[in-house]
Order: sequence, then C-alpha cells, then structure tokens
Amino acid sequence: MKEARAMKKNILISPYGGLLLLALILALMPLAVSNDFHYDLLTKICLTATVAVGLNLLVGYAGQVSLGHAAFYGAGAYASAILTSQYNLSPMVALLSAAAGVGVMAWLVGRPILHLKGHYLSMATLGLGVIAAIVLNNEEQLTGGPDGVGLPPLSLFGHELSVFGEYQFAGLTFTGVELWYLLAAAVLVIAVLLALNIIDSPLGRALRALHGSEIAAQVAGVDTAKYKLRVFVISAVYASVAGSLYGHYSGFITPTVASFEHSIELITIVVLGGMASTFGVIIGAAILVLIPQFLTDFQELEMVVFGAILMAVMIFLPRGLLPSVLQRLQRGAQ
Amino acid sequence: MSALLSVTNLSKEFGGVHAIEDLSFEVQRGHVHSIIGPNGAGKTTLFNLVTGLYQPSAGAVTLGGRDITGRAPHKLCEMGMARTFQNLQICMNMSALENVMLGRHRHLGSGALAAMLKLPGLRKADRHCREHCRELMTFVGCGDYLDHAASAMPYGALKRLEIARALAAEPDILLLDEPAAGLNATETEALKSVIQKIAGKGITVVLVEHDMKLVMNVSDHLLVISYGRKLAEGTPEQIREHPEVIAAYLGGGTRERQAQEVPA
Repeated sequence: MKEARAMKKNILISPYGGLLLLALILALMPLAVSNDFHYDLLTKICLTATVAVGLNLLVGYAGQVSLGHAAFYGAGAYASAILTSQYNLSPMVALLSAAAGVGVMAWLVGRPILHLKGHYLSMATLGLGVIAAIVLNNEEQLTGGPDGVGLPPLSLFGHELSVFGEYQFAGLTFTGVELWYLLAAAVLVIAVLLALNIIDSPLGRALRALHGSEIAAQVAGVDTAKYKLRVFVISAVYASVAGSLYGHYSGFITPTVASFEHSIELITIVVLGGMASTFGVIIGAAILVLIPQFLTDFQELEMVVFGAILMAVMIFLPRGLLPSVLQRLQRGAQ
Repeated sequence: MSALLSVTNLSKEFGGVHAIEDLSFEVQRGHVHSIIGPNGAGKTTLFNLVTGLYQPSAGAVTLGGRDITGRAPHKLCEMGMARTFQNLQICMNMSALENVMLGRHRHLGSGALAAMLKLPGLRKADRHCREHCRELMTFVGCGDYLDHAASAMPYGALKRLEIARALAAEPDILLLDEPAAGLNATETEALKSVIQKIAGKGITVVLVEHDMKLVMNVSDHLLVISYGRKLAEGTPEQIREHPEVIAAYLGGGTRERQAQEVPA
C-alpha cells in the first residue's frame, strides 16, 4: 500500500507541472539578479542545461553512456562559426544547418558504435571526443587551431542580438545580456518540453525499456539498435544547437568546447542532477556552472572538485540529487 | 488443422555441448502445446532459438509457412510472436502499466517528430493503448497493481505482468517459459484459467512448465525432450503412459527397466 500511495503522489507531481514551475522560476530570475555577471552565469546555465537535458535522454533514460558528447557541442559551435564567417550564412540558417549536419554525423558515427554494449560503447564515444578535439586543434585553416575562432552576433528576424547592445521593446529598455538570458531560458524551456513529450510517448517507453531490459524491449518489438541510434542523434542535435548558441553568445570559441574535460563535465551534470530526471539535470547544470565561480583562486582544482563530486554522488546519492531529495521528502511525508 | 510453428532438425551447440540436437516438431494452430523435460533438457534454449535470441547451429524454424530461422526478436514480434521469460524480463525503471504498454509497441506509431510534438493522432492512440493495457492487466489478474511501479510488485504478479505485456502485442502465438515457477497453488490455479482464456481467444500457446498438474490440465499436445533430443510426443494421455518419459523423470539406467516393468 505504501508503494501505491507513493505512485499516486508521483502522478500528482506531473512532469508538465514541473515545466510550468521551471518557466516561472526562469521568468522571475531577473528580479533576483542585478548585474551583467549574474545574467552571464544564468545564460551559461541555461545553455549547459539544454545540452544536459538532451544527453539525459541518451544516458539517463536509454542507459547508453556517451563520454564524448562535447564533440557534438563543439561541432555545432564550430559549424556555426565557419558557416557564418567563411560562407556568410545568416546565424539562424547556420545554426539549423549545423544541427542537421551534426545529426547526420551522429547517425553515421552512431551506426557502428551503437552495436557495442556497456563499456565498449563508452570507450568508442570517448574515442570520438578525442578525435574531435584533435581535428579542431589541427585543422587550422578551417578552425583557427588552438587559438580559436570568432563568431558574429546572433541575428533574429533581421535584428542583431549583441551582448553589448541595447534594445527597446514596448517602451522598455533591455540590455543585450538580458535578452540573451531570455533567449537561452526560452530555448531551455522548449528543450525540456520536447524531452518531456518524448519521454511520455511510445518512443520514450522504448528508450526506457532499453535501460530497463534490452531483451524485454526486443521481444516487445523494439528494434533496439534503431532506437539507440535515434536517441543518440536527438541528443547530438540538442548539443549542437546549444553549442551554436553558445558560440554566438560568447563571440569566440576554442577547441576546449569539444574537449574530453567538457564531455566529463556533461556526464557529471547528468549523474549529479539525477539520471532519468529532466529537472534534476538542470540543477546539476546550475551547480557545475557555479562551482568554478567559487574556485576562481584555485582554477587548477576544478577537475579535482568535479571528480570528488562525482565520487561522492555515486557513493551517497547513487540516484542523483533531485531523485534522492524527492524520495526523502516522500518518505518524510508518510 | 495446420501447423503454425514448425521446427525442423534444429541444433544448437555451445562450445561442443549439444544443448539442442536435431530436434523436429510442429505446433498446430490453436493448440496449447507443452514442452516438458528434466532440468537442463534444453527447453529454454529451444525457446531462445525459436524467438530469435539465439542463432541455431543448424536447422530451420518456420512460422505460418515463412522461414524465421535466426530472425531478430523484434521482427518476430511484428510477425505475431510473443513470449515471457523464466527469469523475469521486466523494466523496473517503469510503471507496471508502462511495461504492458511497451508490449503494444508494434501497434503504435513511434516517430520521433510525432513524439516530440505530441501530435494529436499519437496522443489519441496512446490513450487507447493505456485503456486497453489496463484491461489486459485486469485480465491476467494484475488489477490490483494498475498504478504501481513495476519494482513495487511481488514476484507472482510480475510473472502475470509479463503475460499481459506479451498479450498486448496481440500475438498469434504466445510462448510461456515456466509461468508457474515460484507460484503458490492458488496462483497456479489462477494461471491455469488465464492460459485457458488465452487459448479460448484463438491464440496458440507454447508452454514450458514443470508443474505436471498444470501441464496435463491445459495441454492439447505435449513434447518431451531430454538432453536436447526429442524423447516423446503426443496427447497428455499418451505421454503419461510413455515408458521412456517415466524413465527420464525417474532417472536413467536400471530404473529405466523398472519403469518399463511397472504397469501404467
């Protein structure tokens, strides 16, 4: 009976209620922050969370661990950079082309990789990430090599959106930083909505079944290889879009966006926030973006702290922050 | 009467061990066809070969006249074959109902775009699927667990949940691997009526089971295997009096002769 009650409560706390809450929090954030630095952090949190929400579909829900996801993030950012500055495409067209291109790339790379299981899959994606970093570092003509490459400001419907600009809407004045935050927040909300829709669909059930029991999925008619590939492509496109936006936002990118460290950071976010918890990984993203701010004097410690967090979470909260906290709250309520 | 499933000269070797050796049999459409044999006889291996989880070393399997030898499980599901497992294969990260809904996968559109945008057609189909699967859960006797997480269900109920999931695919043929294992007498009795109701719907049932009372009660036809080979085949009455079957169940050697001497 205990479980029955717990289940009912879970249904009351519907995921779409969570989406409304998220939108509300994001909309009210400007009341809580005052300066450009805060907006900058919030924008980064939203973009990082967008990648994490996509990666969570692959890792948390479908149970396929990718250790090279920064490759797709970097590919999106660099594709946007190259298409806008060398081929003069408008940023939005470049972003969409990049997303399509990265989707195709993920499909091509994923086909052989996703026939592998468990650790082999992780190792193969790890290799992918390393290759991406090497290519970005060495193809200097295209990517600018280790020095990085610049991007023009994003433009929406013919209006440039520069972080240094000031914009008038309906008698109100917005700074570029504020507008960028609103854009990133909107992107995150859409990303979450699409992810929730996927999870609550036949596709989502098939993906979770891959995690729960691959054999059960197979005999229930799920072409497991096809579905792994699908979610791999979807999560890569999420990463690509966030990467493109980040590129335009920061105006300058280096190969570190596609580095192994960044891939590990993304996995840490998913594990920390909560595997298969869409809202959990947003909290995870916030924490991982904020940690370096508290470590500005000890930058070299950043990876050590990430590693320690990952270990502590695996030991004490194996289900991740949000799911563990929710579980405690539920137990407390009974 | 026509054969729905036929197995011809099927063999499976695991590193020199013949788990299944040159086995042939047919399952008639609409029958409850049981496969019995001592532990280690190769019953589960046979199931895994027929349902595409293992590749046979030799031989052929046909379903409704079509060759399905070594075909992937998800393709067999689309062709109307469903099964359950001796060691449960339940997705513990999902609710009980979602596990059953997974079984309807082949009847639902699963396009990524439709899912992302929650298109009305898909939403409607999914709602129907939910209703249908709730009914199926009640049908197999899992009505008490409609809102439960799969991980919160007892063993006996999970065994029935697997049957509901298999039925959700609307199969022509259903393979049940030891559905009564670990069930108490009352649960087994309930299972018996579920199997009879399934057969009553015209679904062909292949049953691997150790509970002889259950097997003898529900089966139209029996196949006995031992050490991967066919030992005997026939109606429950024929099998009950078959000397070699009695010998295999009592143990080989000297007892075999004793068994033959015992009047049936």
